[in-house]
Amino acid sequence: MMREGIITPEPVIRIRGLVAKYGETTILDGISVDILPGEITVILGGSGCGKTTLLKNMLRLYEPAAGSVSFWGEEILNMGEKEFYDVLKRTGMLFQNGALLNSISVYENISIPLEMHTDLSRKVIDRIIRVKLDLVGLGHAIYMLPSELSGGMKKRASLARALALDPQILFCDEPSAGLDPVTSESLDALILNLKNQLKMTIVIVTHELASIHRIADKIIFLDAGKMLFSGRLEEAKRSGIPQIDHFFEVGRF
Amino acid sequence: MYLNLSNNVLILEGDFTKFTVPEAEKELARFLKDNSPDKITMIDLAGILSIDSAGVSFLDELHLHYGEQSGILLFKGARPEVQALINTFSTIKLAAVAPDRPMGFFEKIGDDAINSYHSLVEALTLASEIFYYSATGLFNRKGQRKGSTIQQAVLLGSQALPIVALLSFIIGFILSLQSGVQLRDFGVGVFLADLLAITMVREMGPLITSIIVAGRSGSAIASEIATMQVTEELDALRMMALHPIRFVVVPKFHAITIVMPILVMFSILVAELAGAGIAVTLLDTSIETFVNRSLEILTIKDVIVSFGKSIWFAWVIVIIGSFYGFQVRGGAEGVGQATTASVVSSIFAVILFDAIFSLLYL
Repeated sequence: MMREGIITPEPVIRIRGLVAKYGETTILDGISVDILPGEITVILGGSGCGKTTLLKNMLRLYEPAAGSVSFWGEEILNMGEKEFYDVLKRTGMLFQNGALLNSISVYENISIPLEMHTDLSRKVIDRIIRVKLDLVGLGHAIYMLPSELSGGMKKRASLARALALDPQILFCDEPSAGLDPVTSESLDALILNLKNQLKMTIVIVTHELASIHRIADKIIFLDAGKMLFSGRLEEAKRSGIPQIDHFFEVGRF
Repeated sequence: MYLNLSNNVLILEGDFTKFTVPEAEKELARFLKDNSPDKITMIDLAGILSIDSAGVSFLDELHLHYGEQSGILLFKGARPEVQALINTFSTIKLAAVAPDRPMGFFEKIGDDAINSYHSLVEALTLASEIFYYSATGLFNRKGQRKGSTIQQAVLLGSQALPIVALLSFIIGFILSLQSGVQLRDFGVGVFLADLLAITMVREMGPLITSIIVAGRSGSAIASEIATMQVTEELDALRMMALHPIRFVVVPKFHAITIVMPILVMFSILVAELAGAGIAVTLLDTSIETFVNRSLEILTIKDVIVSFGKSIWFAWVIVIIGSFYGFQVRGGAEGVGQATTASVVSSIFAVILFDAIFSLLYL
């Protein structure tokens, strides 16, 4: 994928030979990926191919069986808890169903990372919460409980929480799953905005073709635990790899 | 009649659907008693008016069973719409899927033993983590939300107070009444004070309170953590660089450590109150005598053991509740199982530890 003469920037995340297992079954078999700064990288593939597993393993939400993962050049898999948490503070994640803490309001959910990791005054925290909620278009829902929100609103609130500490990398697990096309489009627009305005590095797991076409700079195509392709979207379509051709062919309308 | 035989050709007639196939099967059995299947070389399907998946399965049975015996068995003449259904529903082309082999007796014992060993290791690891973070959390409040310990203390303690008090009163009442009647018959009713004080302080107070807290709060802890696990809230906490044990479990651990001895104290006092009532009304003991005797018989050691074991039981309840919460797999059903398992195990563990304590500090 690397062309002569073009200097590729240092990858933000570098994954080498990542193996993930669930009991005896191997879910991911030797994945090697570079995620470059300021780009939207989309991890795609059919259901059950290991997309979410890859995301969770590179973040140590599950411990990988083998391989190496480094963020900003630092290996994280054998890192001590404190150092790893310092890495995580520079990242944010939008979970598939929001994963908001259910017993507290949207306001408090976004407040948690701010209270816990900074010494900011209540007034400043208050302003940050309001601006982040406004950014995702949820200003009116600030004091609502997660159970009072719709699926799309939960994702937006979760995004606002992920953005609370102004992360440099944003991870999104199936942002458009279960959303209507219009809401899904507006969420994509929001993500594009984050990339363009804030130069954020974004990693997205999805299988929504429309969404991939709108936002992807680079794609990583997984199939049955193996990485079939990693590179630009147009290159993927020209690659002639049967599974990828089939994926894009079936989804055309 | 569904079956007819002429010139070695078996002719099927009529409807072959889930409602008629049972009848056809009986007829086939009768038919084969009179005629050897060897004679059938061909089956004529032209007479079939309608068929569904049950009917096709019947044909497949016929084919596999009797076709093997006679060697040749040909189907012919089905109407196109019937043939289409036969093609769709035929099971002959399906690969046989063998069910998982059930485990043998010894295999199962071994499997259980290995699983129990792994669970024990995991529980001990979790317990050590909880102790570690609770100890460090005393000095370093980072990683816990402000006010979360107080909030948990209200939830685990204050709200449990009415039920603990009520049950302790009733148990104190029953205990005093039963033993009071016995003691009165021997003319030593005044000893009720000694008996009740020792029983409540050393055994019943901590035990009743722990069992109520295990039922109330052990289940709440397990289901809260299990739900958080299932809805990815724990993952979300980790991604926010917050340790789930420090954020969720430690406040509960601190709260229950403070609250449990207070609950036990209330339990003992309320039971003593019931006992005093019985002593005054039934045994004609004066209230001063009752109080003085109760205080005289108790030693500092009794009180320390009582509070010591109540704190230990409290820790056991939190650890077991968290263990089942973090272990949960699957969705809503898993949460229910985790809750049930945590209550059963924590009550069992509390009673077991109580027995050990009783032996150790007789």
